[in-house]
Amino acid sequence: MCGIVGIINTDRKTIDGSFIREAIRIQRERGNGLGGGFAAYGLYPEQADKYAFHIMYQGEGRHSATVRQVEDYLESIVKIYQSQEIPVFPNDRVPQGPYFKRYFIKTIEEQIPPDKTEEDLIVDIVMHINMMGGAFVVSCGKNMGVFKGVGYPEDIADYFRIEDYKAYMWIAHNRFPTNTPGWWGGAHPFTILDKAVVHNGEITSYGTNMRWLEMYGYFCLLQTDTEVISYIYDKLTRKDELNKLDACYVMAPSLWEEIDRANDGKKRSLRQIYGPAVVNGPFGIVLTHNEGAIVLNDRNKLRPVVCARAGHTYYASSEECSIRLLSPEVDEIWSPRGGEPVIIDLQPEKKSAEVA
Amino acid sequence: MATMDKNWKIIPPFYPEFDLERCDYKNGCNLCAHECSFGEISLKPVKGEDGKVYYRPWANKTACGSCQRCVKMCPYGAISIKREPMHTSHAYWTPEYVNNIWKQAGSKGGVLLVGNGATGPQRRYFDHIMFDACQVTNPSIDPLREPMEIRTYLGSKPEKFGYGIMPQLKLEVPIMFGAMSFGALNLRVHEAEARATREIGTFWNTGEGGFHKSLRKYGENTIVQIASGRFGVSEDYLKSAAAVEIKIGQGAKPGIGGHLPGEKVSQAISETRMIPEGSDALSPAPHHDIYSIEDLRQLIYAIKEATEYKVPVSVKIAAVHNVAPIVSGIARAGADIIAIDGFRGGTGATPLQIRQNTGIPIELAIAAADQRLREEKIRNSVSLIASGGIQCSSDALKAICLGADAVYVATPVLIALGCGVCQRCFSGKCAYGITTNKPGLAERIDVDEATECLKNLLHAWAEEMEELMGSMGISTIEALRGNRDRLRGVGLNEEELKILGIKHAGF
Repeated sequence: MCGIVGIINTDRKTIDGSFIREAIRIQRERGNGLGGGFAAYGLYPEQADKYAFHIMYQGEGRHSATVRQVEDYLESIVKIYQSQEIPVFPNDRVPQGPYFKRYFIKTIEEQIPPDKTEEDLIVDIVMHINMMGGAFVVSCGKNMGVFKGVGYPEDIADYFRIEDYKAYMWIAHNRFPTNTPGWWGGAHPFTILDKAVVHNGEITSYGTNMRWLEMYGYFCLLQTDTEVISYIYDKLTRKDELNKLDACYVMAPSLWEEIDRANDGKKRSLRQIYGPAVVNGPFGIVLTHNEGAIVLNDRNKLRPVVCARAGHTYYASSEECSIRLLSPEVDEIWSPRGGEPVIIDLQPEKKSAEVA
Repeated sequence: MATMDKNWKIIPPFYPEFDLERCDYKNGCNLCAHECSFGEISLKPVKGEDGKVYYRPWANKTACGSCQRCVKMCPYGAISIKREPMHTSHAYWTPEYVNNIWKQAGSKGGVLLVGNGATGPQRRYFDHIMFDACQVTNPSIDPLREPMEIRTYLGSKPEKFGYGIMPQLKLEVPIMFGAMSFGALNLRVHEAEARATREIGTFWNTGEGGFHKSLRKYGENTIVQIASGRFGVSEDYLKSAAAVEIKIGQGAKPGIGGHLPGEKVSQAISETRMIPEGSDALSPAPHHDIYSIEDLRQLIYAIKEATEYKVPVSVKIAAVHNVAPIVSGIARAGADIIAIDGFRGGTGATPLQIRQNTGIPIELAIAAADQRLREEKIRNSVSLIASGGIQCSSDALKAICLGADAVYVATPVLIALGCGVCQRCFSGKCAYGITTNKPGLAERIDVDEATECLKNLLHAWAEEMEELMGSMGISTIEALRGNRDRLRGVGLNEEELKILGIKHAGF
C-alpha cells in the first residue's frame, strides 16, 4: 500500500509546497515511514532553459570522492552554469540523510553523438552516474525537481522545507515498501528527463519491462519496480514518438477480445510490437511531464485513484480526503476506470510567461 | 560358432504377466495376442480340467517393451507388465552397457537405433526453477473471474510503431505441435493434429515428409518444413501453409540426417514426398546447399520471395554448445522465428550414442539465446520457440519466463494418443497405430477421438498456465515473456544461475 497525490494547475499558477504536504500527510495511514517524496514543476523559472540535475550522494557527504568524480564527469561532457547544495533541515523525525546537490546544466553541441539527440545524451549521462555507485540522479528535467527520502512524506517535506518552493504542478508519494528496501534512492517519484512518476502498486511485469528497456539504454538501478514506468513512457513518447494516449494504451492495453471486436488494426499492431512494455500487476500512477500529467490505473483497477477538477486545478489522489482537504468544493470528481487514462494538458508555456 | 548365439541373447527387461483367474481365455478371448503388434504374446494350448483344449495367453519373453497396449486393452484387467531387469554383479558394467555390447556383437556390428528422446541422467533444470506467487502486496488473479490472456503472436516485430508489421502467426495458446513427418506418423495422426490446432487456434508442423493434399484445407494452421531431403517441396507446398520452417537440426539427433526405409514408402507417402514408391527416403545430415550462414540467408530469402513475403520463415536448430551466437546469426540472416530444440527432444529413430550424448538442455539454450539477442538489441526482430523435453504446462511457462515466445511439443502429442514411450517408433509396429502406416495398425487411431484428445491436452495446459499466471498476479502472457524476475533457482550453482539469468531462492 502506498499513497499518491497530484495537484495540477493548467494555467501554471504556482502554489507553495505546503499544500501538497498537507494533502499527502492526511494519507499517513497508507505509508510506514520508509519513504516519501515530491516532484515540482515550474520550480526554477529563471533557469528554465537548463537541465536541473538533483543528485544524491551516499557516503561521507560533501567531501566524498564520488562528488568530485561525478562533477569531473559532468564537466567533461556538459556545461555547468550553477551548482549548489540543496538545503536540508534534519530534525528528530528525519535525521541527516545523504548529501544532495543541484546543478543547472546545458549540453555542449560537440558532445552529442551524431546518432543521438540532446535528450538521449542526458539519459546516457544519468545512466552513467547511476552506474558509478554512490551517486544517484534524483531528477534531471528542465524547470522541475524532486525531493525525496526515507521518512513520512510530511517529515520529508520539512526536511527539504518544500514550503519554500513554488510550483504549478506537484506530485507526492507516501511509501509502504514491501518488496524492495526502504532507502533514499528508492523513494518515489522516479524520473527521467522531465517525466516523474508516483506509483501505488506492484509491477509484476518488472522483469520483462526491465530487460526490454535495457535494449534501449535504460538501466534499472534503483531497486524499485516503479522506475520502469518513467523509462517506458520516455521511450514510447520521446524515442518512438507515440502520442500520450497510445503510450498509455501500450502500458495498459485493451483485451485482445476487444481489439478483435473493434477490428482495430492500430491497437493490434501497438500491442504486438510493444508487448514487453505492458505494465502488469496492480498500479495507480500519476505521471507528470513538462506539458501536463497522466493518471492511469491497471486494467483490473486493483488500486484506488480518484480525480477531481476545481476550476483550472486538477487533483488526483489515492483517497478523496486529500482532494477535499484542499478543495472542499470541486466542479467534478470521478474515479477513472481501469486502463482508462486521464490526460491533463497544461496551457502552453507562453501564457504563464505573460502572467509573470 | 552357432553355440555362441546364446552368449549374446538379450533378455528383454519387461514381460506381461497374466492373471488366469481373471483372464477369459476359456471363453475364447484372445484380444491381447491380437493387440500386441510386437509378437510378445502368443496363445498356448492347455488342457482344461474338463479335458478340453483352451488357448491361454503366453509371454514369449522376447519382445516386450512395456508399451502397455495389452494392459489397457484387456477387458478383464488380467494383465500387468513386470520388470525383469538383468542383474550384473559389477557396479560399473551395468546391464544397459552390457546389453548394448551384446546387441552389437550379435548383429554383425551396427549402430544402435532408438526412438523418443534422451534418457540420460543429466539435470532437468525445470525441476530446479520455481515460480513466484502473490502474497499480501499484490492480489493474485482468479482466472475464472478475470480475463487472462495467453494469446501470442510469432514473427518479427519492428523496434517501434509506424513502419508496418511483418506477417505474424496468431496463437491462442502459446503451444504448437512440433514437427513429425508423414511417414514417421500416419495420415490419421496428421489429420488429428491439423483439426485440433484449427479448433484451438494454434499450429502444427508437417515435419519434412511433405503435406498431404487431403489436409491442405488446414493450411492456415500448418507450418510446413523444408529439411535436407526437400521431400514434397514445391511452390504449392510453400504457399499452402501459414509459415515455412527450415529444419537445420533436431535435438534428438543434432548433425544427423534421417532415413525412412523403402518398405514404409507407400503410395500415399511416395506421392506426398514426391519420391518413387518403395525407395528409401534419405535426409542428408547437412543441407547440401547450406554450408554456411550466408547460404542459409539465401534460402530464407528464396522462400520469402516464393511466398511473396506473406508468411513468416522459421529456422529450427538443435540446441548445441554455441547456440547463442548461432541464433544471433540466424536472426540477422532474416529468420522471423527460430525454434531451438533441446537434447531431450524426441524422434522416430536416432542413433543411441547421438541421442544420449549430443546437444544441451533447452532451459540453458533458450536462456542463453534470449540474452544474446537482447545484448545485440535484436530481440524484437525474431520470435523464439523452445522445444525438446517440455513435459507439462509449467515447463512451457518456465521456458516462456526464460525467454521463449512459445513452445513446440511433440512427444506429449504422441502420449496424448496413447503412446507409452517404449522407444520403438522406428519399428513400424507401434501398437497404438501412431508411428506406423501398416494397415491394421494405423486404423487403431480414430481421427475424431484423436482430435478430441489433442484438444483436451491443449485446453488443459492452457488452463494450467492461466492458473499459474493468476497466482503470480499476471493477467497477460506478454508480461511474463522473458520475465526471469518471477523465477528462482533451487539447488543450482552460481554458473547455472548466471546462464539462466535467475536468482537463487531466498534472494
